[in-house]
Amino acid sequence: MPSRTVTIASRVGLHARPAATFSRAAAATGLAVTLSVADSAPVNASSILAVMSLGVGYGQAVTLNAEGEGADQALDTLAALLATEQDGQ
Amino acid sequence: MRAGTIRGLGVSPGSAKATLARLAPPVATASTDPVTEQPEAALGRIEWALGAVAAEMAERADRAGGVAAEILSTTSAMAADPSLLEAAGRQLRAGSPTGHAVTLAVAEFCAMLEAHGGYLAERVTDLRDIGARGVALLAGVPMPGIPAPGHPIVLTARDLSPADTATLPGSDVVALLTEEGGPTSHTAILAKSLGLPAVVGCSAAAELPDGVMVSVDGSTGEVRVGPDAMGGDRTGPTTRPAGSSAVAAPAGPGRTRDAQPVALLSNVGTVADAHAAAATDSEGVGLFRTEFLFLGRRSQPTIDEQTEVYTDVLTAFRGRPVVVRTLDAGSDKPLPFLPLGPEDNPALGVRGLRTATRYPEALADQLTSVAKAARSAGRSVRVMAPMVATAEEAERFVGTAREHGLDDVGVMIEVPAAALRAGELLDVVDFVSIGTNDLGQYTMAADRAAGALGHLLDPWQPALLDLVALVGAAGRARGKPVGVCGEAASDPLLAAVLVGLGATSLSMAPVSRPAVLAELRGLSAEDCAVIADAARSAIGAEQARIRAREARDQRWSVPA
Repeated sequence: MPSRTVTIASRVGLHARPAATFSRAAAATGLAVTLSVADSAPVNASSILAVMSLGVGYGQAVTLNAEGEGADQALDTLAALLATEQDGQ
Repeated sequence: MRAGTIRGLGVSPGSAKATLARLAPPVATASTDPVTEQPEAALGRIEWALGAVAAEMAERADRAGGVAAEILSTTSAMAADPSLLEAAGRQLRAGSPTGHAVTLAVAEFCAMLEAHGGYLAERVTDLRDIGARGVALLAGVPMPGIPAPGHPIVLTARDLSPADTATLPGSDVVALLTEEGGPTSHTAILAKSLGLPAVVGCSAAAELPDGVMVSVDGSTGEVRVGPDAMGGDRTGPTTRPAGSSAVAAPAGPGRTRDAQPVALLSNVGTVADAHAAAATDSEGVGLFRTEFLFLGRRSQPTIDEQTEVYTDVLTAFRGRPVVVRTLDAGSDKPLPFLPLGPEDNPALGVRGLRTATRYPEALADQLTSVAKAARSAGRSVRVMAPMVATAEEAERFVGTAREHGLDDVGVMIEVPAAALRAGELLDVVDFVSIGTNDLGQYTMAADRAAGALGHLLDPWQPALLDLVALVGAAGRARGKPVGVCGEAASDPLLAAVLVGLGATSLSMAPVSRPAVLAELRGLSAEDCAVIADAARSAIGAEQARIRAREARDQRWSVPA
């Protein structure tokens, strides 16, 4: 299954606004994308609440998984988003 | 309730005094509520309710702009989250009543967010609000929200959600007091962006009864509670003319009974304020506070960002005048990108236009943005500088503004020196606008934040009226406009006095406009002058108010 591991670049972590931006982008891929951190079960990346509930902080590594046509390209886009600073407030 | 002082965390500077009003509480749900529908039908209704909440938040985000818009669109995304609906579905299948299934689904995610602490835990308020709104929709009861009694209130609540805070501009709320919340809570962020004094994390607020007079100091976190909240301050209980609410509010432009025009303008602090004011009879903006763009920011807003906001406001008011006040920051309102260092007396320190000597680029960028906005909106604009003491300062500001292509340039009169030498200032500017709050503070040497000095800050102090009279006379002699944009202009009786002293426009919160209009329409220009004389003949603020009231009652008549 295509997978990407990336470090969170937003100073506030994957919280409110960055989480909203990310989950919207994940939903827009039309694929079942999951997000996981070490020692946790993968969550639906299109769900802002599930993404926020992981409590991912700045500099933490996360893993994205997706299956289906265009999964590689979709994961590249999402990984790039997470690797970019998105001002917190 | 005994008079006393309670404490919380001051997160948004300024102070205000008013009666306390509690946020309308959400509908409580319980596992013992009757189950009235099949899980599938219930889930369909929950999907509808959460979808409606998400749509409302998205719509508010569109209207709000700025910080509030970002928060509201995130809240909208949470309401529309499929995980929330799935969680509610699980609760329904486990036998939960419809409304309670929403409460439990929300609680599930709240627990997860709270476990992380910090910024995430503070988002719990947004989530609870989504639940409360969804439950209210399902139960067919009014949305929980901000009371609107028609007089100033200090709003108290456990904490405020973005949806609540988004409707604050233009409401009766003059300060915020919450039981929970920290320095990064929405209450704190939005209060600062709106310039509303706010105290958070004050658990004792839970015990306060509705209607008690409280005085909130958003700098120190001190909340005075009691029969009179121990002295006044900048806002105070706004006085309204006796029976004004019974008189049908006249519409149209501000003028006296004998048709002398007195433009009744709006004070606006945000884009949302501006749109709300533009939808009223307001004849323009007498004071556009631009601080909201800067406060709470880590970096200076760009020219493009400023231009966009100014264009929006200028466009909203089409042909009506708009006065943009340049940044009024200082060490009591510190900005990370304009460090000024600690000062023992911030009110007497580097603030207002004085910051421009230290950081000329910030002013230049703002003037560039205002000029660009005027071009892009295809209309004129006025700019004015705060905290000007001398004609030289005024002249320098006028020169800088004209270099940026701005040709209608004024200054605020907030410093007694500027009022005393108003003629000199008026010779170099196109207009002046009197800020009665600061002019009062500096005239009486009484800190606006000091509750115990409230009586000195009463805008009816004859010394303050004398200074206004000097400015009014200087304006008349030169045929130049003299505006008033402080709290004083929103008190109908005092508004008549200000017109009598020579004010040609009054700027206030739009909510105050109808009462002021009704008052002025019932008095001639000469009546106003007589009332002003009566006030200035008094010794002390209380007597000034009484004498003005007597003179007014002899002369005022129902507008024709």
